[in-house]
Amino acid sequence: MTGLQILIDGFAISALYALAAVGFTLMFGVSGVLNLSHGGIMVVAALIGWWAAGTLGLGVYAGTLVGILAGLITAYLTYFVVVRPIQRSRKIPREETEIFLLTGTLLWGIMIQVGFAAIFSDNPVTMRPLIGGVATIGGVRVPWNEIMIAVLAWVVIGLLWLLINRTRVGKSMLAASINPRGLTLLGFDLSRIYLLVWTIYGVLAGGAGVLLASFLGVSTANAGQLTASAFSIVVLGGLGNVSGSLIAAFVVGYLETVTAYVIAPTLRPIPALILLVLVVYFRPQGLLGRR
Amino acid sequence: MNGLLRSRVLWISVVLVAIAAVIPLGGASIYILGVLTTAYYFGVYAMAWDLLFGFAGEVNFGPTFLIGLGAYTAAILDNSLGLPVPVCILAGALAALVGGVLLAMPALRLRGPYFGLVTLVAVLLLQNAIVIFAGVTGGEIGMTVPNVLSIDGRANYWYALAFLVISGVILYGLSRSAIGLILQASGQDAVEAAALGFNVTKHKLAAFAISAVFSGVAGALYVLFAGAASVGSVIDIALGVQIIISAVLGGRRTILGAALGAVLLLVGAEFLRPLGQWNTFAVAAFALVVILFFPGGLLGGVLRAREQG
Repeated sequence: MTGLQILIDGFAISALYALAAVGFTLMFGVSGVLNLSHGGIMVVAALIGWWAAGTLGLGVYAGTLVGILAGLITAYLTYFVVVRPIQRSRKIPREETEIFLLTGTLLWGIMIQVGFAAIFSDNPVTMRPLIGGVATIGGVRVPWNEIMIAVLAWVVIGLLWLLINRTRVGKSMLAASINPRGLTLLGFDLSRIYLLVWTIYGVLAGGAGVLLASFLGVSTANAGQLTASAFSIVVLGGLGNVSGSLIAAFVVGYLETVTAYVIAPTLRPIPALILLVLVVYFRPQGLLGRR
Repeated sequence: MNGLLRSRVLWISVVLVAIAAVIPLGGASIYILGVLTTAYYFGVYAMAWDLLFGFAGEVNFGPTFLIGLGAYTAAILDNSLGLPVPVCILAGALAALVGGVLLAMPALRLRGPYFGLVTLVAVLLLQNAIVIFAGVTGGEIGMTVPNVLSIDGRANYWYALAFLVISGVILYGLSRSAIGLILQASGQDAVEAAALGFNVTKHKLAAFAISAVFSGVAGALYVLFAGAASVGSVIDIALGVQIIISAVLGGRRTILGAALGAVLLLVGAEFLRPLGQWNTFAVAAFALVVILFFPGGLLGGVLRAREQG
């Protein structure tokens, strides 16, 4: 019974982790940006979605769409206000761009978190479930909402895979991750590709935020934790490696669920953190990463 | 030009320290002294961080790992065993030193973001450890530190100022010495520095050890001043972010700028207190503007003028 419960709950959590992390890793792979305001963007999507669905009275589905849109807008703002000015700045030496991007997005994330906490307070909000009802799988009662969230997450990830591997724009993104200079020589506009990556990223992060609000509830206080978990999943899988991140999301999701059920809920994050340190020590490129 | 500027930096520092030293005599309230005392300990945190980041080029997202080790070691020895204050400080320094060497081991193998993540995880693990061993550490509530440095606000202020000045002289001197230059070279291009015959490993290890000792002692002194230790006051990631903001604000790779940035940040936050929740927002926004438009920080301009002159 508990075994099956762990299997099902772990699957749903892992699918959400995977959804939140693929955008993060795609962004790093293609444009070399580690966005530390990631959790902040998810929180914006969740809070605006909740606000639109409840306070504005638009209902759950419209609220979800509004939330994703809010995530997308915040991602664009991040790109145009913080990331692009740093990348283009002449005052910042080339070799220090990375640390400036990390510090800049970190500060931006704090601004988002504190600003939204001042407006919405830091109480956790929970969206009404997308669909009601409870299913029974092998004697374990599972809300349909949980099943649907897991399925939705996988459908989106599948669509992303198709987009990257089967379309022309997707292939140009892959090319940009391998050799951006070569791509510009072939006549592609690199800044349009980056804009496209940020668009995909915004939708993925926003979607993950709204679904998280519907599944577990989200508060502005979670922003840092959400960034940290996406960051660790992505490093565990290998920076910039999408399939690595998917596997890592499941490793972390199940490790946390098993710890919470079998040992103690308070110890939930610890084994994953220790695993992360071990992997980084002995295999710095991550599970599937290339050097 | 170089000598002139060095003497100018010396002059300005002497004047600033002299003004700071007489503030308690001018009838400043205990509250103001308390804020400044905290700011001076912050200055040491930021300088120690700048030695690792600005010079050795190590992205350390978890300065509070070293600070927390020093602070909690001192606090536990003080609270549970009632050891004398100097012993507590020494033990805090040792604990931080061990932590610094532990951090240095991955730093010598990993690059940029990977090492940054390890430092972040180190803070999270320390925070969790403190909550798990709540019996000794007081867990999330924190613990009291009964034997404090002094119960006199002025004495505490002067202790902190003296510690800031001593740390500043040592760290700034180190950064201007050959060791600082070698560190800078190994931070920018470790392979080339090694090819020139410098022992990169030894120098980086030394940088970690020095940074750790200063962070640890500052953390220990802070809890012995505050009379209490809690995760929020010495370990929390938000605190680490504040330290990083201070150093970037003051100007990376300047050491003294980091201390200046920390004092300005804490005093500024005090003035912004009426903004309530928007206080942190304003500080973060200000720091972001500095990063975007003046990436050299407050003292960066002074240094650039020297390079051109």
